[in-house]
Order: sequence, then structure tokens, then C-alpha cells
Amino acid sequence: MSTPFDLAIVGGGIHGATVALFCARAGMRTVLFERGSLCREASGVNAGTLTMQMTRVALIPYALQAHAMWASAREWLGHDAGVVVCDGLSLAFTQREVELLSFRAGKRREAGAPIDLVTATAARAVEPGLGEGVLLAAHCKVDGYANAYLTGQAYHAALIEAGVDLREETPVSGVEREEGGFAVQTAAGPVRAKRLVLAGGVWLEEMMAWLGITLPIKVLVNQLAVTERVAPVMRTVVGIASGLLSLKQYPHGTVVIGGGWQGRGDRQRGGVELVPESLIGNMRLACHAIPALRHARLARAWAGLEAETADALPAAGPIPGIPDAYICGSVHSGYTSGPYIARLLAQRILGQEPADPLFPIDRLLASPAASPTPSAAAGRATDEQPQHV
Amino acid sequence: MMQADLIVIGAGPAGAAAALAASEAGLLVVLLDEDASPGGQVYRAPPAGLSVAPDTRGADERAGDALREAVAASAVVWKGGARVWSISGAFRVDAVTAAGSESFTAPRLVAATGAHERLVPFPGWTTPGVIGLAAATILLKSQGMVPGRRTVVAGCGPLLAAVAAKIVAGGGAVAAIIDLSGPGDWLKALPAMASRPDLLRQGLGWALKLGAACVPVLFRHTVTAVSGGEACEAVTVAPVDAEGRPTGGRSRVFAADALAIGHGLVPGSEIPKLLRAEHRFEPEAGGWAPVRDAFGRCSVAGLYTVGDGAAVAGAEPARLSGRLAGLAAAQDAGRLPAHVSAREAGEARAALDKALVFAGAINRLMRARPAMVEEIAKDTVICRCEDVRRGEIEAAISAGAREINQLKHFTRCGMGPCQGRMCGETAATLLARHVGSREAAGYWTGRPPLRPVPLADLLGEFDYGDIPVPNPAPL
Repeated sequence: MSTPFDLAIVGGGIHGATVALFCARAGMRTVLFERGSLCREASGVNAGTLTMQMTRVALIPYALQAHAMWASAREWLGHDAGVVVCDGLSLAFTQREVELLSFRAGKRREAGAPIDLVTATAARAVEPGLGEGVLLAAHCKVDGYANAYLTGQAYHAALIEAGVDLREETPVSGVEREEGGFAVQTAAGPVRAKRLVLAGGVWLEEMMAWLGITLPIKVLVNQLAVTERVAPVMRTVVGIASGLLSLKQYPHGTVVIGGGWQGRGDRQRGGVELVPESLIGNMRLACHAIPALRHARLARAWAGLEAETADALPAAGPIPGIPDAYICGSVHSGYTSGPYIARLLAQRILGQEPADPLFPIDRLLASPAASPTPSAAAGRATDEQPQHV
Repeated sequence: MMQADLIVIGAGPAGAAAALAASEAGLLVVLLDEDASPGGQVYRAPPAGLSVAPDTRGADERAGDALREAVAASAVVWKGGARVWSISGAFRVDAVTAAGSESFTAPRLVAATGAHERLVPFPGWTTPGVIGLAAATILLKSQGMVPGRRTVVAGCGPLLAAVAAKIVAGGGAVAAIIDLSGPGDWLKALPAMASRPDLLRQGLGWALKLGAACVPVLFRHTVTAVSGGEACEAVTVAPVDAEGRPTGGRSRVFAADALAIGHGLVPGSEIPKLLRAEHRFEPEAGGWAPVRDAFGRCSVAGLYTVGDGAAVAGAEPARLSGRLAGLAAAQDAGRLPAHVSAREAGEARAALDKALVFAGAINRLMRARPAMVEEIAKDTVICRCEDVRRGEIEAAISAGAREINQLKHFTRCGMGPCQGRMCGETAATLLARHVGSREAAGYWTGRPPLRPVPLADLLGEFDYGDIPVPNPAPL
């Protein structure tokens, strides 16, 4: 039997792949299991937006660090994921949205996001494609997008170069704790490792159950639409005050329309069904923001799953009561922030002090009657909302 | 939103027969097609206002007229010019029509969307003037137009003679017919073809017409290049072996301003794929085909698939498989007594089995020839929507793409408006060479819309305040 790995990671999205990359580069013998192909679930089918304006306030400092990572992917990852850094605008078309935008942009600004409130005229100077009726806009220069579908290819090459034993098309059926580590169960037999990271996105609930831990994970089914390639109609990332729009045009001409409108699906079947009214609502919003889009044709629409914890803050840190086991996932706006949060976890696994606090899951495991465990996450979180929301 | 007992998508022989059988049994049936009139590709209606000379009206035209009359005389709710863009639930169909957006719901759905063309790329295949054989039939039937003044007709199967004969009848010149098959292949198919004397007679009629026009036929040849750049000027052809691989024999060049070319047909099973029905790779059916029972029932409850969209077999098998699904839908809905259903289904089944003998022989002539794909040059475009060349596909495979959807992510191959219909077969065949089989390579995940649709048509007029924006995510 081969000697055990230093680290086994279950789940090949951005989180699992980033932890694997940094740990392998630091000398750990690392194996990564992915049921399908690398970065083909949430990490590969999301809208690719790298934005502060849809990120939770508690995650802004992380998202800023992660944005810098995405922008310099060629240096640290070694491969490009089609990252474009550009201006981002969040729009308000009604008085209610003006209030919402002012409140939310203010909170994010307090957390460190360089967001300014600007007039419609100023917004139109940034994005000439904007339609009529903008009352106020939030402008952030740290915005942009990646080509989410290229993420898998970029990480694939980086992981191979780092010497990770990459096992795609390898479902894991369970994990057993044993003397000196863990036995990861696969169809080809158990694979042993001293340390374990569960990074299974919406499937984390089942994975935690392998270890006897109950961690409810909510499944979001985010719908996306993309047009055929069209002549340039916009040059920024455009959203709205409520966060229910994410819109940008890629250099090759397609326009991706997202924003978290919900389709139907579940973790067993995936995002299997799109809700026509929701798609139409999302696309109407897009065409209201950028009217020239009306001339484009819808080429494709799909839904991807996103994982969310009970408090919509990440699950990233050691698994309580199980030495050498870690969890990494459920990061709201996970595509933006994922690489940084996963790198923090890699630092922790490597015995270093993470540059920013992790998000241990103790708070999510406490019984409902008990008072929440204070944590870095809880300290940063705010659920405060304006009265009219 | 209109509520029906059965929705049928596709009004070719398969879909029309399914709709009529179910309607006769008492089901409220909605029949949708993107064309203005029922008929599909083979029985396509002639253009409005175009007078067609009686002597050019053959069996297909008469059958098409009969089909249209039957639909018009029935209780079937006909929705022509309907661009279906979304199918959700079990089942809701959303279509863009002349009336704007329309929705239909029914507990049962028949997918009868026909086949699309297999076209193995070669240098110059994206030159204006190069069209598919099936596309040429649409042009000839729906517009009464010939593809060019002087056309090379190339590829395999009976469409070669059908298209060439129609071009001649339409007043165009056919420079040559370039057939991948040899005379021996046709001879081998003859006994089976004799099972359908009507079709054999139709084929002989085409052959006589082409002989009279002195059209040269080059058997066991393939097109190796089209030159001209902005417009087709010349077509280079070369001899091939039985698998379509050039033998290194002497090339010939035909001056032509058009090329109609097709290398067989592939089931257009977009709807079963969209609804996540189980599929199986069936080379004899033309490629990946939905798994279905003798009545067209798929693995998804309430979904039936018939005609060339389920398995490529031609018009008459399509009609019979459609009738079987229509009867099954009526029986599954509890509206047709079992004994009636069994008797009628038995008759249709027997006729279908007989018709499939002919189809089998034709499918062998139109079979995929993977050797042709191997011969594609590195810099030849595979995906014309997204400009992906063979070299980029090979590079993606070297970079670790092991499955067709992963290959799509790595290259953008199949992400354009045709949604992989043009490049899918080639890309999957290239991938299969490395991963062992077409089964391992897989197939594109089904995605809406079924056809690209302009946002303006889809969204209509609206007020901002009417957009049902959900509650914001937590701050």
C-alpha cells in the first residue's frame, strides 16, 4: 500500500482547488477528489462577476484581497481565467432603490470598498450604454469579471504543475476517521491521508454527515442567461441596488445576464429547471439598464447551484472535535472571494497564522437555545437592514 | 396560459400524426412548429404566392398537402410560427409567436423536432455558397430557389439525388454529384430499398432526370476544399476509401458557385436532453438518441419522442412512430380503451417494422465515417459560431478535457447560437479518439432556448415597476 497523503481534499471547485494548490506548493503530498470535472459546478457556471457591490459587508475585506488575486491570476495561479478589471455601477431607478442603494453602498464603503455615490450624468460618463431613468448610481473602480468557464482549465494546469494528485471523475462515497488520519472511500478503494478538507459546495451537508456532524446547507439555484456575440453595448459591470442584476459584456461579445434569480433544482439533480418568469424578469431588468441589449438574441440559459449557510457567511475553518479535518465553502459571492478564503485555510493547514480570520463553523453547530459562539465571522456580520426593506 | 391534454412540438409527419391520433381519441392537443404551416422538412409547404408547376409536384408535395388538410380539419389547436424557447416543469412550454409570448401547459409532451445535418469540416466549408444538403432542400422547397447557378452536390445518402434532381428541375445546373458511397454500397442497399417500391421509384425518377441532364457522378469521392474566399468559386474533390479517408488518388476541380453538402443526419433530441431524459449512443439511429419504449415513451414521465428527433429513419417511419405515441398518450391519459389502442397500435407497429427495413439500408449509406474527422486539418474551423479550430480542440484535450461539456468550457466550442448542432458531432468524434468512445465523450447538456430568440421579441413592452424583482440578498 502506498504511503498516506499529507492532505486529501474532497471537492474540486475553487475552494478545494485553491487549498490543494497552496498546500501542494508548500510541500504537502496532496490528493484532490472531484466527482465530475474540475470547477464544473458553482465555480464554473456562475456569472463570473468579481464585484464588491454584491458581496456581503462582512466579506468586503476578503473580496478586496481576492479581487487582487483574480487580477494577478497569471502570476500566482500561472494561468489566465479571462479576468477583466473594469468599473462597476449599481443603479437606482426608484426612490426606494435610491434609499436602498445609499444604505448598502454606505455600509460597504465603511467596510472598505471604494464605492462612491454618483449622479446619473456621472454614471453615464462611466457607462455610455445606460438607459434612461437612473436616479442615482454607486460607482466602484474595483470591479470586473472572469470567464467562469475557464476556471477549471486554469486550475487544472496549475494543480498538475504543483504536483497535486488530481482525481477527476472520482466520486467519494464516505470518509472514515482512523489512526493517524482519514480513509477516503472511492470506487477504487480507500485512499489514506493525514489531513482532510471537505470543500463540496452544496454537497457539504452530506459530507459533514460522513463525520457525524449536522450542518444544514441551503441550496440556491441561480439562473443565468447569455446572448450571442454582439457589437459592444457596454464596458462596465452593471447591477442594481437590490443586487438582483449582474450584467457585463465579454471581450468576445456575449453578454451574461445574472443576479441570483432563482430556478428550480436541488443537490441531487442539479439546477435542472429554469423558471420562465424569472428569466424574463432578469432579462427585462438587463434591457432596462442597457437598452441596446434588446437587439441581441438569447443564445443560452442555465442554472447553477450555490451553497449558503444559515447565516449566509462562510464555512471555512477546522471542523470542531475532529483534529486535522477542515471545511471550506458556502462563501456568499464565492466566486469573487473564494480564492482568498481558501488561501487563508491553506495557511492554517500549513501551521501559519492566517492573514485574516477564518469563519469557523462552531457558530452554526451550536444548539438553537445556546447563545451564538462569538467568532470573527459574527463580529464582522451585520444583518441590519433599512426599515423599508 | 392555455391548458391542454397534450402538447406536440414539431409538425412534420411524426408530430402531426401524434397530434391527430391523440386528438381523434378525444385529447385536447396543441401542435406547435416554428414554420408557418405544418409539414416539416420533407413535406414542407411551398411559399405563399409561389405557383408551382403541376408536373414538379411529386408524392412528397401531395403527402404534405394531405397532412396540412388533415391538421386543418381536425380539432388540433395549431400554433404556427411559434419559436419555443423554454420547456419547464411537467410540462410548461413557452413560445414566442406573432401574438408575443404564449405559454401552454399539459401533463404530456411529444417532442417531434426532426434531425439536423452532420457536416464534416474541410478547408473552405464556411465559404458563402456552401450549404447543407438539408438546407438546400429547405431553400428549394420553401423559397423555390436553387442554391446557385452551378452547384456541386456532395456527401452521402438519398438526399444527394433528391437535391440534385430538384436543382435540375428548378433550372439550375449541377456540376457533379460527389458520393462518399460506391456503386456497390448502393447495390447492397437495393433489396431493402425494394421494400418501398414507391420510394425506389422516386429515386429512379431522380436518377433518370440526372442522367438526362448528363450530371457526372463520382462515387467514392469527397470534397477536400472549396476555394474562392468571399464566395464559392471552385470545389476540389478526391477519391476516398469506404471509410471516407482520401486514398491519395488524383484530385479534380469543379467550377461552381455553390456547394450543397451533407454527411448524414443526427437526431435532434434537444427537448429530451433539456428535460434530462436518459440517452444512449445508437450509431444506427444517427447518434445520441433518447432511450424510449416501442411507443416513444422516454425515461421522463409524460414525455414521448418520435420521428427523426428520436432516431433517424425518414418520413414514413416518423409518421408511424408519431401515431404510436399519439395513441399511447391517449391511452396513458385514460381516454382510449386498451383494446382499441392495442389493435390500432398493432397495425401501426407492423407497418413501422416494415418501413424500418428501408430506413436501415439508407442509414447505412448515411453512416458516420470517423476517418473523415481524423483527416481534418489543424487550422480548419470546427465551430463556426465561435471560430474554434481543430488545433484548439486538440490542445484542450491535451490540457485535460475528458468530456464534451468540459471541452466546451475549455474552448467555447458549441457555445454559439447553433448551440453545438453544427460542431457537436465533429468535436465529440475528435474527443472520442482520446477517451475511447462516444459514450465516454458524452453529449452537450440541454439548455434553453431551443433556438436563439431576440430579447425584444421575448420581453415585449414593459414598465420597470412591473418587473417582479425579488427581495435583496442579505447585506
